[in-house]
Amino acid sequence: MYKILSKRTLGPQIREYIVEAPEIARVAKSGQFIVLRLHERGERVPLTIVDADTRTGGVTIVVQEVGKSTREMGDHFAAGDDILDFVGPLGVPSEIENYGTVICVGGGLGIAPLYPITRDLKKAGNTVIGIIGARNKDLLFYIDQMDSVCDELIVMTDDGSNGNKGFVSNPLHDIIASDREVNRVWAIGPGIMMKVACNVTREFSVPTVVSLNSIMIDGTGMCGGCRVEVGGEAKFACVDGPEFDGHKVNFDLLMSRQRFYHEEESCALERYLASEKKEEGALV
Amino acid sequence: MSRQKQTPMRQQNPQIRIHNFDEVPLGYSEEEAMIEAERCLQCPTAPCVQGCPVSVDIPRFIEHIKNRRFSEAIATIKETNSLPAVCGRVCPQESQCQGVCTLGIRFEPVAIGKLERFCADWEAQHGGATHQVLPTKEQHVAVIGAGPSGLTAAGDLRKKGYQVTMFELFHVAGGVLMYGIPEFRLPKEIVQREISALKAMGVKIELNKVVGQLYTVDDLMSQGYDAVFIGTGAGLPRFLGIPGENLNGVYTANEFLTRTNLMRAFLFPEYDTPIKVGKRVITVGGGNVAMDSARTALRLGAEESIIVYRRSEQELPARAEEVEHAKEEGVKFQLLTNPVRFVEKDGAIAGAECIRMELGEPDESGRRRPVPIEGSEFVIDADTVVIAIGNGPHPLVPRTTPGLDLTRRGNIVADPDTGQTSREGVFAGGDIVTGAATVIQAMGAGKRAAVAIDHYLQEKRAGKE
Ligand SMILES: Cc1cc2nc3c(=O)[nH]c(=O)nc-3n(C[C@H](O)[C@H](O)[C@H](O)COP(=O)(O)OP(=O)(O)OC[C@H]3O[C@@H](n4cnc5c(N)ncnc54)[C@H](O)[C@@H]3O)c2cc1C
Ligand code: FES
Repeated sequence: MYKILSKRTLGPQIREYIVEAPEIARVAKSGQFIVLRLHERGERVPLTIVDADTRTGGVTIVVQEVGKSTREMGDHFAAGDDILDFVGPLGVPSEIENYGTVICVGGGLGIAPLYPITRDLKKAGNTVIGIIGARNKDLLFYIDQMDSVCDELIVMTDDGSNGNKGFVSNPLHDIIASDREVNRVWAIGPGIMMKVACNVTREFSVPTVVSLNSIMIDGTGMCGGCRVEVGGEAKFACVDGPEFDGHKVNFDLLMSRQRFYHEEESCALERYLASEKKEEGALV
Repeated sequence: MSRQKQTPMRQQNPQIRIHNFDEVPLGYSEEEAMIEAERCLQCPTAPCVQGCPVSVDIPRFIEHIKNRRFSEAIATIKETNSLPAVCGRVCPQESQCQGVCTLGIRFEPVAIGKLERFCADWEAQHGGATHQVLPTKEQHVAVIGAGPSGLTAAGDLRKKGYQVTMFELFHVAGGVLMYGIPEFRLPKEIVQREISALKAMGVKIELNKVVGQLYTVDDLMSQGYDAVFIGTGAGLPRFLGIPGENLNGVYTANEFLTRTNLMRAFLFPEYDTPIKVGKRVITVGGGNVAMDSARTALRLGAEESIIVYRRSEQELPARAEEVEHAKEEGVKFQLLTNPVRFVEKDGAIAGAECIRMELGEPDESGRRRPVPIEGSEFVIDADTVVIAIGNGPHPLVPRTTPGLDLTRRGNIVADPDTGQTSREGVFAGGDIVTGAATVIQAMGAGKRAAVAIDHYLQEKRAGKE
């Protein structure tokens, strides 16, 4: 059992949890993830490690409530409650070194995994430009945290409700196309965002790292469900990644595989929401 | 009693069982077991004992059954086999004990596996003897991986008085017995019963601990473990390496079976993990894993389940009983056939283009090598494909343990008699050493390693004094 030390709402259906897992906290590095299972009937859910505190033994994760399990976690798991299984750290850590100037691009929930990488890149001596974006201002989070580890931070929303109006790839393109030298880019977010960002950086041959969130079961290289195509070869996102050379990733395949259980996921969510309603009714 | 024929074991009707996950063979009654035991010739040479990888004293336990001494029978088995309920169900008896049974020369061999299962089930019903554990010693052994090899090594070491802690990456112990072999062949309750017995002896099991990620073998040694046993199995799925393998609807057997068995996807949405099975399912491969996948597909609602295997029926590596059960259930066999490419429609799998094969000269394994017949390509329509062509060694521990000698294929090099690796104090056994093999072989390796670890630790102790 793994105790939830704290829970905080970052936006509509976006929550941050700190979970007590001292062994993991001691060795976790940026870029790695955990797999959790809420209860006996739960599925194994992979989530990026956002922060780890060796003092309190807390491991921070950010959860967007998109499906049944994440919704259930938001509704029923509070500080003081226990999570049944919490496994990690999994995956290969980010390659942090002093590259010179780095742009860190985060879209939507991708801002969460991007934050520790940005922080460590800054610590390693890089000049760091952050670009974060979301559909609207409510879905943006970690602006202050990102600001504190970036030399420059650009905020974008699709509807212009916060920062500039447009996609994160717009300023990314502008900076790279200007005469500023950019040595490396990290781009983390929805498949389509990473794909567009990679198209931009490919044109200018700027090496780009992406983090792939494919569907996972074990998270340790045993099922192959997480496989992605990188440079024409099958790789396991859980043990060979989750970070890969973005210019070699087949994003269309990634996105198509991510949608494979769409029907089942909607069915599970609807069923859950219906049962929640019933319960609410019973309480009234 | 008939000398010629085995006493049949009652089993679920195929038409009914393809709609449930309950165990297929229902077990012997006491009378049936005694009748079958009567068939044993009690021949003085007892080739069956040599045929058994852990040398169970088969004639003796069968004699006990014959005389209705069931508790003595199970005690006899347990002298050398700590997981009889499992082995009675999943061992390839036809190529081990029963394959060399003297009665089998003229008639059907004694149903040794079924009798073994009977004894274990009898004990579970009547409450068995608890294991004797020697007084606890100072020394502490880490066992990595809670599959049959690790569980056996842990149990034997604990009996000798060592403190034993197991590290398992999944949320339950049991290895392939839990995530791979289906419920209808090996009820998970039985596996968990065996694991509870280990815990009752004082073996500590740390779940959710991924060695190689959370800590390395060297970390464990410096945390004060006096010896380490690695039994991390062959968990790495192999692929065919043909176009279309990453399409939606193409599963590795590991994923297909893990979703179903470990995550209980057959109970979705009661359980949260989904699985998607189409009307027509192709399983590529011919071993136990393939049979399990093809039979699981039927139970998950497939109307047609087809095994595609590149050699002929004779070479099918699966247990004979599994092939038989699969056929009874209506699994079709497309033999001497190999997929060359998967066909796509709208981003998902639509079928497999296959080529017919013929058997040529024998290869290194002694089996005749399948050779493609040029121009014989044809397409089998399918909406789900399961690839069950074998597994490689789980790479996490080998990759993170410097100084550990590996084979070209990435298996750990270990002495077959002791499990000793190239690193002092580090032993290994089971599928991580041999490549994907059998439960009983993994157990045998765990047993031998426990003996060797005991020697090693005794010497270490003597050296300190
Ligand atoms: C579907 C299927 C059906 C089979 N049917 C039969 C059959 O009928 N009869 C038969 O005899 N054999 C059968 N086998 C083969 C048999 O199950 C294996 O040979 C046997 O389980 C090997 O035992 P093991 O202890 O070496 O490894 P495993 O059972 O693979 O156990 C290894 C354990 O180590 C854990 N692990 C791996 N890496 C780490 C790590 N880094 N840190 C912590 N833990 C780790 C794994 O999670 C696993 O629990 C079958 C196999 C499969 C997959
Ligand atoms: S999640 Fe199973 S192999 Fe990656």
